[in-house]
Amino acid sequence: MNEIYLKFPARSENEVFARNAVAAFMLPLNPSLSELSDVKTAVSEAVTNSIVHGYSSDMGWVFLVCRTDGDCLEVEISDEGRGIENIEEALQPFFTTLPGEERSGMGFTIMQTFMTEFSVESEVGKGTTVRMKKRIGRRPEADA
Amino acid sequence: MQLRAGQRGDSLYLYLSGELDEHSVSQVRSEADRLIDENAGLSRAVFNLAGLKFMDSTGIGFLIGRYKRLKKYGMTMYLESPESSADKVLALSGIYTLMPKL
Repeated sequence: MNEIYLKFPARSENEVFARNAVAAFMLPLNPSLSELSDVKTAVSEAVTNSIVHGYSSDMGWVFLVCRTDGDCLEVEISDEGRGIENIEEALQPFFTTLPGEERSGMGFTIMQTFMTEFSVESEVGKGTTVRMKKRIGRRPEADA
Repeated sequence: MQLRAGQRGDSLYLYLSGELDEHSVSQVRSEADRLIDENAGLSRAVFNLAGLKFMDSTGIGFLIGRYKRLKKYGMTMYLESPESSADKVLALSGIYTLMPKL
């Protein structure tokens, strides 16, 4: 087992850092290109949610924990932002609280589809935590 | 994130390259809108995604925003040559029903 803890300000320029840090961390699991890009996309969605929805224009920290356990990568992304009022609604494809800003409402759908396991926990006024797992190397990949 | 443009026949070609996310989208959005406005007389726009190394759902919002702008000018929109990672996000969103892949 291996793990890393990262904490960075909720600024959009840190999205590229966060997804590439997770990609670099998971390299010992020998992921295929498609597994790597699935994880990068899911991480980018979760971090973007924390920045755009959790903190909006407020300053705050995003916390990222990564673990490898056997062939499994675990990623936990959390913030201490405003939280999600209605998680069931937020999980619906195309649902967005910011329709005027060209938001697709696909973030959670992408996390759920691209990762093996997904869960979200949130409390209004306290923050949101997304936990995701991806089993690496389970299916034959064309680009492996 | 870079945007390059060209015209062939009655088509405006927009070549996106780099990584499209929440951070990079605002710059490319205003550039794309300027190019669309300048070429409003053409009949269609083709977004070439071959150089796009990364795209998350921000890209879906971006493409739908440009689709709406093109529609106002009566222009149709197409997508071309997405990499497999971008293609997966695009296919999941169902966006190809609005802007077919060439």
